[in-house]
Amino acid sequence: MLSGRVVLTEDEIRRAVRRIAHEIAERNHGLDQVVLVGLRTRGVPLAERMAAAIAEFERVRVPVGTLDIGLYRDDIRSLELGSKVMPTDIPVSLDGRRVVLVDDVLYTGRSIRAAMDALADFGRPDQIQLAVLVDRGHRQLPIRADYVGKNIPTSLEEQVRVNLAETDDEDEVRIEKRED
Amino acid sequence: MAQVGSKLETIAPGIPSTAPWTRRHLLDVDDFTHDEIELVMQTTDAMKEVLGRDVPRVPALRGRTIITLFYEASTRTRASFELAGKALGADVINVASSGSSVEKGESLVDTVRTLQAVGADILVMRHGSSGAPYLVANNVSASVINAGDGWHAHPTQALLDLYTMRQHLGDVRGRKVVIVGDIAHSRVARSNIWLLSAAGAGVTVCAPPTLLPAGIKSGEGGIDEQLAMPRVQVESSLDVAIEGADAVMALRLQKERMTSGLLPSLREYSTLYQVTEQRLATAATGALVMHPGPMNEGVEISTAVATSLQAVIEEQVTNGVAVRMALLYLLSTRRAQL
Repeated sequence: MLSGRVVLTEDEIRRAVRRIAHEIAERNHGLDQVVLVGLRTRGVPLAERMAAAIAEFERVRVPVGTLDIGLYRDDIRSLELGSKVMPTDIPVSLDGRRVVLVDDVLYTGRSIRAAMDALADFGRPDQIQLAVLVDRGHRQLPIRADYVGKNIPTSLEEQVRVNLAETDDEDEVRIEKRED
Repeated sequence: MAQVGSKLETIAPGIPSTAPWTRRHLLDVDDFTHDEIELVMQTTDAMKEVLGRDVPRVPALRGRTIITLFYEASTRTRASFELAGKALGADVINVASSGSSVEKGESLVDTVRTLQAVGADILVMRHGSSGAPYLVANNVSASVINAGDGWHAHPTQALLDLYTMRQHLGDVRGRKVVIVGDIAHSRVARSNIWLLSAAGAGVTVCAPPTLLPAGIKSGEGGIDEQLAMPRVQVESSLDVAIEGADAVMALRLQKERMTSGLLPSLREYSTLYQVTEQRLATAATGALVMHPGPMNEGVEISTAVATSLQAVIEEQVTNGVAVRMALLYLLSTRRAQL
């Protein structure tokens, strides 16, 4: 059953991803040191789409990595039952690189903190930047995104559901009431 | 313990598990479901990646204490649990029965209660008595991992063996796995029979009749209720058993079996039951040779076979660290719910 309201349609997601790809290229003039690293699960297809868009208008193929932050969380005590940890795949050394972390939703900031801890185990990046499709607010850590698809103010009773074709068969972002 | 007559579910590999990890202890694999096996295998993949890094360490279990309590000798199992715990950022303390209060006559239950009182979150234990980890699990709130109990079970060995087989063979369904050696007294054999049967492999056990479980009969599918074990093919000739095998697992022959009159001589055993190049030539092309260690080269396995390209014995040890990391992690996520 679909509930809640749509906040990003398929077209809007596509435009947001392409705009962020342009911004990444613009801000990192000379893309040769840039690596996109998607956070599992939905940051990965987003990173791949951004890399494809960059390849299209810049004729540069930037490396794309995959990060699972399961082993870096500070809240193993509150992990969901059966939350899985999958392999991380960082294809290049991160020494001196400009790493763009890519995630679907920026919320408390704890996932991003864990991701930055994880990245440190793969080298010493020159810079770490953050790209998210949705920023829903409610940060608990001093973290902000460099590239945002859309700022969506939410209440704590709501949850943001991001569906992507690669993982969920359709592109759509909805806001729903939290199910308890 | 094995539930006699329990349904043996054949699993299909590669289908992602959907069910969560719910176990508090890892005592045996005789009741593992498809989802649990897949979850352990998938989590092991992630741990392999960590072990392949320049600095193989993640902070997942920071602040957790793992205590290994070994009442029997061990090199690889104890060392790999210690490495696994440290790679996950846990504090690991090793307690051996010699040099501890066990020598002063402290009972098992008192010892583990003491270890819990000093802060153990996970107890990894090996004991010579079958069922000892069950007794401990009933008396502590910490998670208990069975690292081998008597002749009963060695679940982490079976899981690392399955992981190693799947790395080389892919799907093990319908594959022929021969376990040769002292089946009757082997917890490794017992746990492998359970797990391989659940994974859909065809298991053949091979040993002289004195080293087979009393009353074992060759059969296929289901559970032998008398032995409380899945039915397997039984073959007393290794020459026959090894034909067409996809994996051959040799078990260590314990020297004390000779003195107890179960074997006439070491020479006779090695003549008839040693995994040799000649015998291996009749197995499937590229058949895997496995051994849980420690090996008696020249007894159950020839040196040439043990050092051949088909031998994955060192890989078993390496995978053992990753599998144990996966289990420590999964048990900790479970404990997080309590």
